[in-house]
Amino acid sequence: MQNPKTVMQAKNISKRYGQVTALDGADFELLEGEILAVIGDNGAGKSSLIKVLSGATIPDSGEIMLDGQTVHFRSPIDARKQGIETVYQDLAVAPAMTIAENLFLGREILRPGFLSKFFRLIDKKKMLQEANRHMQDLKIGIRSMQQSVETLSGGQRQGVAVARSAAFARHVIILDEPTAALGVKEGNMVLELIRNIRDKGLPVIIISHNMPHVFEIADRIHIQRLGRRAGVVDPKKVSMSDTVAVMTGAKQPADLGDGLLIA
Amino acid sequence: MTQSTSVQPKKSFLEQLPSLTVLGPLIALMLIMILFGVLSPRFFTGSNFSVIIQQVMVVGVLGIGQTLIILTSGIDLSCGVIMAFGSIVMTKFAQDYGIPPMLAILAGLAATTLFGFINGLLITRIKLPPFIVTLGMLNIVSALTLIYSKSATIVVPPGALLFFGNTFKIGETSIALGVLLMIGLFIITWLFLTETAPGRHLYAVGNSPEAARLTGIPTQRVLLVVYTVAGLIYGIAAWLLVSRTGVGDPNAGQTENLDSITAVVLGGTSLFGGRGMIFGTLLGAIIIGVLNNGLTLTGVPSINQRWITGVLVILAVTADQLSKRKS
Repeated sequence: MQNPKTVMQAKNISKRYGQVTALDGADFELLEGEILAVIGDNGAGKSSLIKVLSGATIPDSGEIMLDGQTVHFRSPIDARKQGIETVYQDLAVAPAMTIAENLFLGREILRPGFLSKFFRLIDKKKMLQEANRHMQDLKIGIRSMQQSVETLSGGQRQGVAVARSAAFARHVIILDEPTAALGVKEGNMVLELIRNIRDKGLPVIIISHNMPHVFEIADRIHIQRLGRRAGVVDPKKVSMSDTVAVMTGAKQPADLGDGLLIA
Repeated sequence: MTQSTSVQPKKSFLEQLPSLTVLGPLIALMLIMILFGVLSPRFFTGSNFSVIIQQVMVVGVLGIGQTLIILTSGIDLSCGVIMAFGSIVMTKFAQDYGIPPMLAILAGLAATTLFGFINGLLITRIKLPPFIVTLGMLNIVSALTLIYSKSATIVVPPGALLFFGNTFKIGETSIALGVLLMIGLFIITWLFLTETAPGRHLYAVGNSPEAARLTGIPTQRVLLVVYTVAGLIYGIAAWLLVSRTGVGDPNAGQTENLDSITAVVLGGTSLFGGRGMIFGTLLGAIIIGVLNNGLTLTGVPSINQRWITGVLVILAVTADQLSKRKS
């Protein structure tokens, strides 16, 4: 069997804030077509790692590679230009604006023609069509793209935020606690959406505290501990309690047997 | 899966009706007009409408700048006095220094734009609240205006400075050219806000600054541009004011300061930012004009006019607050 390609890789990343070492030579790997969950106790460096990958933080040392090419992100805008989209925990949508407007916020489709480009005239009809097509692609059942986001439920709003990233990501989507603020049914809806995105060929990194959700959706689980990667496990072969034990340091990664993919 | 992707469910007629925040001011305006029509036989006359339209002109244009700012969830308490300063610069340059009127007007526009720019810098660079910045600017600029003009009213030489006061007649009503300028500015602003990407970004910055920033919109630059452009618009209002009154008055702009905010709020734009329509402000300015005019015609002392406008503003803000709570 052919090994899946590595889409994104980070080697030996370190980041210190004064006396505090957030990342201490952390490694990271995301494979083509997978959902990779990143878990870790508070202070394990999980958000620091994600911030480095999404360009929000510049690491002190280490290397990030995208499709085998070394990249340097100085801001989230740089990462976005490389096709990496991040959905932040606090729902980053403008509630009074319509779904279509939110999907294209900051990246509006302009009308053709020189004058339209000069005045930056937006193509509302095209944006509406694209929004419809895109939301149907992801099987998000919202009837009208012209309703304002504030009329939606929390899960639907998260759906809009995730769909926006999916529309523009060419390489990777990073989701920070996408189900944290949601009820059971809504959470499942968002998980389904994440699976749809993976099935369309876009690899997904998901940070979550919700172990049942992680085990339900992840293809591999990256366990972050004390600023480094403790290991990557296969959720089909390792139990939830063993994973949590490694995460908290109660067990050594080596104890996990063949469920441990990378030590 | 044979669903067509381009079909958008048609909104029903009821859904298309503008909400009460838009319809409310229109109904209020019609009720007020009917009331004054009954109370005063002089209300529904062409010459009276001329007076109203002339009054609406200045507050309306100020209100455009004010609307842009309030949409970003800011506020400008200094717009009226910035306009007054601009009108002093225009008239003083032309009258006292003998500079050609067109250049004097440009100087006035530059001065008001500069004040808007300073407001914007203080708000975006030092991150001061717009309320405080513009409150300070209100006092600074009104003092500067009095110092610079030596508290004297300046007579305007004929020519470009009076251009927008020229009138043409439609029936009994004479309409100043400035009214056409005002309507033109409203249409341009409307097109900008609804049809361009920067216009939508302005709404996003007011509605959810964090979401706007995360999608890569340069929120601070949007704010700086908005305050600066508002300054330019106040300069245009200064030109209209000079055209209408024929003098440079250092004490002008005091009532227009709050009237512009009143017009915006009456027009249904939310003080919380991100919601509102530019034509609502035109409606709001007309309501203020009609109210002042009608109360004068029916012999209500001007003291009473002021508290009546005050009550209207509080009512409009209450409606805004309630609709926010509902959603």
